[in-house]
Amino acid sequence: MATTETSPGRHPEWYAHATGDKFGKIADAPVGFGHMKRKEDARFIRGLGDYMDDVRLPGMVHGAILRSPYAHARIKSIDTTACVAHPKVAAVVIAKDLEALGLAWMPTISYDTQAVLAGDKVRFHLQEVAFVIALDAYSAQDALQLIEVEYEVLPAIVNCRKALDPDAPLIRDDKVGQVDNLASPTWEAGDKAVCDRVFAEADVVAKQTILDPRSHPCPMETCGMVADMNPNTGQLNIYNGNQAPHAHRTVYAQVAGLPEQNIRILCNDIGGGFGNKVPVYPGYVCAIAGSIVAGAPVKWIEDRSENLASTGFARDYLMYSEMCSKNGKITGLRVDALADHGAFDSTAQATKFPAGFFHIVTGSYDLEGAHCQVKAVYTNKAPGGVAYRCSFRITEAVYLVERMVDQLAMEMKVDPIELRMRSFIRADQFPYETVTGWVYDSGDYHKAMKLAMEIAGYDELRAEQQEKLAKGEMMGIGVAFFTEGVGAGPRRHMDILGLAMNDGAELRVHPSGKAVVSISAQTQGQGHETTFAQIVAEELGISPNEIMVRHGDTDKTPYGLGTYGSRSTPVSGGAVAVVARKVRDKARQFAALMLETRAEDLAWEKGRWFMRGDPERGATIESIAEFAYSATNLPEGLEGGLDANAVYDPPNLTYPFGAYIAVVDVDPGTGHVHTRRFIAVDDCGVRINPMVVEGQIHGGLVEGIGQALMEVISFDDQGNALNASFMDYLLPTALECPEHGFELGETVTPCPHHPIGAKGVGESPCVGSPPAIANAVVDALYHAKGIKHMDMPCFPARVWAAMNGNAQPPQ
Amino acid sequence: MIVNISINGQVHSHDVEPRLLLVHFIREFAELHGTHWGCDTSNCGICIVLMDDPGSDQPPYPVKSCTMLAAMAEGYEITTVEGMAAPDGTLDPIQMGFHEMHALQCGFCTPGMMSTGRWLIEKHPNPTQMTDHEIRDGISGNLCRCTGYDNIVKAIRWAAAYIEEHPESARTART
Repeated sequence: MATTETSPGRHPEWYAHATGDKFGKIADAPVGFGHMKRKEDARFIRGLGDYMDDVRLPGMVHGAILRSPYAHARIKSIDTTACVAHPKVAAVVIAKDLEALGLAWMPTISYDTQAVLAGDKVRFHLQEVAFVIALDAYSAQDALQLIEVEYEVLPAIVNCRKALDPDAPLIRDDKVGQVDNLASPTWEAGDKAVCDRVFAEADVVAKQTILDPRSHPCPMETCGMVADMNPNTGQLNIYNGNQAPHAHRTVYAQVAGLPEQNIRILCNDIGGGFGNKVPVYPGYVCAIAGSIVAGAPVKWIEDRSENLASTGFARDYLMYSEMCSKNGKITGLRVDALADHGAFDSTAQATKFPAGFFHIVTGSYDLEGAHCQVKAVYTNKAPGGVAYRCSFRITEAVYLVERMVDQLAMEMKVDPIELRMRSFIRADQFPYETVTGWVYDSGDYHKAMKLAMEIAGYDELRAEQQEKLAKGEMMGIGVAFFTEGVGAGPRRHMDILGLAMNDGAELRVHPSGKAVVSISAQTQGQGHETTFAQIVAEELGISPNEIMVRHGDTDKTPYGLGTYGSRSTPVSGGAVAVVARKVRDKARQFAALMLETRAEDLAWEKGRWFMRGDPERGATIESIAEFAYSATNLPEGLEGGLDANAVYDPPNLTYPFGAYIAVVDVDPGTGHVHTRRFIAVDDCGVRINPMVVEGQIHGGLVEGIGQALMEVISFDDQGNALNASFMDYLLPTALECPEHGFELGETVTPCPHHPIGAKGVGESPCVGSPPAIANAVVDALYHAKGIKHMDMPCFPARVWAAMNGNAQPPQ
Repeated sequence: MIVNISINGQVHSHDVEPRLLLVHFIREFAELHGTHWGCDTSNCGICIVLMDDPGSDQPPYPVKSCTMLAAMAEGYEITTVEGMAAPDGTLDPIQMGFHEMHALQCGFCTPGMMSTGRWLIEKHPNPTQMTDHEIRDGISGNLCRCTGYDNIVKAIRWAAAYIEEHPESARTART
């Protein structure tokens, strides 16, 4: 069977050289950091991107998945006779076929197991039951209708509290020794005794139960795969847009028992990820098994309902919380959280942190005591969850602490910004160790908060709010200040399935002085082909237009854990800076030979080594590259060529932070919330490309608006997923955003331990904006009606109910 | 049934099932992969292409190609992202604007978004004077998860201004 590596239109070499020339703007590119238009745009604006569904291989057949109509039911029988008889069906795969291949169950990234196809029973609505392979995609859908499955319906549990009732039906009866619906033991952080003492001594205590509801990252491109097992060679090529191709390869080797060297993962262009494309899904294993069974490449692309109803959701944290103050300053925080993981625990986080980084919940405040505990439960809901544009549960943590600060401010009758200003960690306290064990690297929170107030015109807004209130209009001003911990992580305590969370980089400078840098991070739109070239440019003085960034092919890139948790710049970017410095050091040895001097007599300026004291005598990186490949008499110990490898192990996370202020208007008649203004001051350390950073911030803010106002996956009592299409799961459009655009500000506190001082930014805006908007809505409700809390999403019916004293969680 | 559809000036004739959607005709039969697919419910606008009615004096208008049968497109002229640039490769101003203003990240919604943007400019009597609300309302049938829309609004403005300065750059599916 013939296989092809690339489909038409996807040749990295093509776009590297095509960039810019059509626009005549090559001279605009800075040799290093700064505003630079993206290199990858050249193919996207021409419609020449190469996404999952664009892959076409000779002899390729199409898969489709039959899904359960029930949330919890025993499977009594599956009859595939009529389906197999369909003239265009090549094969049908059910659980017992997978059992024969040893693929019926797969490990999750949380050391749980997940059914690839349900055999004994189904455990969530729209769970995978059968996989049909047909000659074309339409026939595959037709054939699904011909499978007869007989179910015995069981009571479903969709409420995480009820899951722990003694008489609750056992969901995971497949697990030996599992007697209840607890997914993992209670996990704790912080000193409980100290926390209790702080609360005993407090002046004011605020208490609230808060639900961060189930939402979905919902990238515009759904998940899918083309699996191509070559029966003659045993080579498995996997075309799959995922955020961590190297880790996926290792997982497939473990799941399928295939030799890892025979597995090649090709991530071409990816239509967004936001955490949704981190896990391995049953459909992927089905496609691989299907290719083994059918002896042909199998394409499986999920539809939108499958994406929303079965792949990695986010949040679903029910949190009981108390926050206290003494002498006008926040002193303590107590959190007891229930995490709803659905039917299989496939949450994404570093292994030694079962609740992710949730214990960063003390936020940006200098507290005396804090304690948090998290209990995880199984329910008859889709498995997960993933971090929807956040670093492992930090969105939940920041939402909680920022909602609680506002609650406490209401109890104390002080302005919410005033309470934050009094309680912030001061700039002179960094590095700062929190009471739950994080060491924040750097920050100046007061400065960022003041800048946001200044841009917003905070005092004027409060005055306007009072004027409007007098006229019966409802306006809310919401504040959120976040500290995020990103760039996981140090190998001493951070791994996923035992794989250290480091990233590799390989840099080759060719004889002509042009370069290729290969990275393990995986762009889904973040612009790595531009910004990673800029990092090399900054370090070596080669134009970013002459540096190709290679990614997305496990055969051609070094090992690393991929792109999520804002880790590309903090970890992979660190690797790229380090590898460029290794090349620079090697270039120094060559330059010394060229200039007939000692290496230590040379000094570096961007693009060349020169003689100290005689700057005219020097060698450019181009001339050094040529020399490195052509010199005939190299001394002992100096190898020819100009290239290097690096693996970057970050000494700590990086801690970006920001001050956000949202201004909303609430329609008193309908409960409709309009986001009038949004001010975002971000400090992500050094910015490689400000244009790309701002683009990331815009996107994250809108996803935050979506979570705060629109996005929720809810279930009825029978466990039916009620938001399984864009008719019911609402994403923000351009109209839900501030009409005249976002108002951004920046402060720069370089990360002291990162090679280029950067901190990562992709997720900050999505961490800070949900509490800012939610606080703004509650602020409006509080001033007009005295209401102190409502859960997200704040869509009109729910706001209207809250206004009328009937705020309920969205369950 | 045999369906004949003119796409980017070239007629594609294929024997297809009557139920075939236009988006699948474009992607699977005409082999033009620049038009993407994003939902099943006509909400996301990822699959938008421009459709020109030869009998009408209105400019080519955006249609969601997942919501139309291929057979219904017979007799119309379809323009996809592959047909936006001039034959010599010169980009359409809307393509330039998206690049200049960083109006795309993952690029998946971009072909549909640019199609809508081009239509907005073409149908507006005074495109450089479009209000923010007019542009946002105009693209509210297109979802984007990456950019937060701000830069898309700017890109459409950029293209409108470019066309005003360079009238020769304005091309329609009919020229």
